[in-house]
Amino acid sequence: MSLTAKDKSTVKAFWAKIASKADDIGGDSLSRLLVVYPQTKTYFSHWNDITPGSAPVMKHGRTIMGGIATAVGVIDDLIGGLLTLSELHAFQLRIDPANFKLLAHCLLVELAIMFPAEFTPVVHVSMDKFFAALGLALAEKYR
Amino acid sequence: MVDWTDFERSTILDIFSKMDYDTVGPKSLARCLVVYPWTQRYFGNFGNLYNAAAIMGNPMVAAHGKVVLHGLDRALKNMDDIRGTYAELSVLHSEKLHVDPDNFRLLADCLTIVVAAQMGAAFTADVQAAFQKFLAVVVSSLGRQYH
Repeated sequence: MSLTAKDKSTVKAFWAKIASKADDIGGDSLSRLLVVYPQTKTYFSHWNDITPGSAPVMKHGRTIMGGIATAVGVIDDLIGGLLTLSELHAFQLRIDPANFKLLAHCLLVELAIMFPAEFTPVVHVSMDKFFAALGLALAEKYR
Repeated sequence: MVDWTDFERSTILDIFSKMDYDTVGPKSLARCLVVYPWTQRYFGNFGNLYNAAAIMGNPMVAAHGKVVLHGLDRALKNMDDIRGTYAELSVLHSEKLHVDPDNFRLLADCLTIVVAAQMGAAFTADVQAAFQKFLAVVVSSLGRQYH
């Protein structure tokens, strides 16, 4: 299920529309992840506050969206373009890759809420494929 | 037997009492057929499913979307025994319709996204958690009688 040329152009066009709201999308999606899938809280025991919308959560949401923006920029070679990020996730963060799917789902829900008209089924399928490919690229160096 | 908190029970019943079944049902099934095209395998006699526009405008898809969404009504009326309530439907989906149960999860995800788009900011993380818990129980119950 690799990204077609149409998927890539759909992702880039949609990203351009949502980029100005990226910080909110990231923070709200991460807030959502921690509530809807409480097992993900295990990765953040070092934060003093993991309630939705808290400062550390929103800040980390921005970091994550920065990574996704990078991925959009290297969409023609996600595995090659995200090698450093993959090494970070594999050797330091060691986040179970199953969680990438959970965050992807929360991102999709957030996009549906914030852009109900633009997040059509056609945009949805391309974004879902993109997040799946992104998750695979992040997991590349795991073993 | 599933334990529902008061918040979960009231949230779930509230969402469905205000839901526009005639819009949400068709949109959810259409979205599922577009986002997960392999699900089209069950609808060979539905006519034109060749592209997203065709799927979204297909009247048989729309009609069936309403049927499927109303299928949730009995779970809402019997939240304390969803598994028992769906035993027959589970057998139907397994023995007659031969639907891979993973598809229930895919449709549930699409329903979540359509409801999120309809409810906007009111679809908070807590509301989403309750809604997804309900759908997870439904999905599990529908897959229970497969063997």
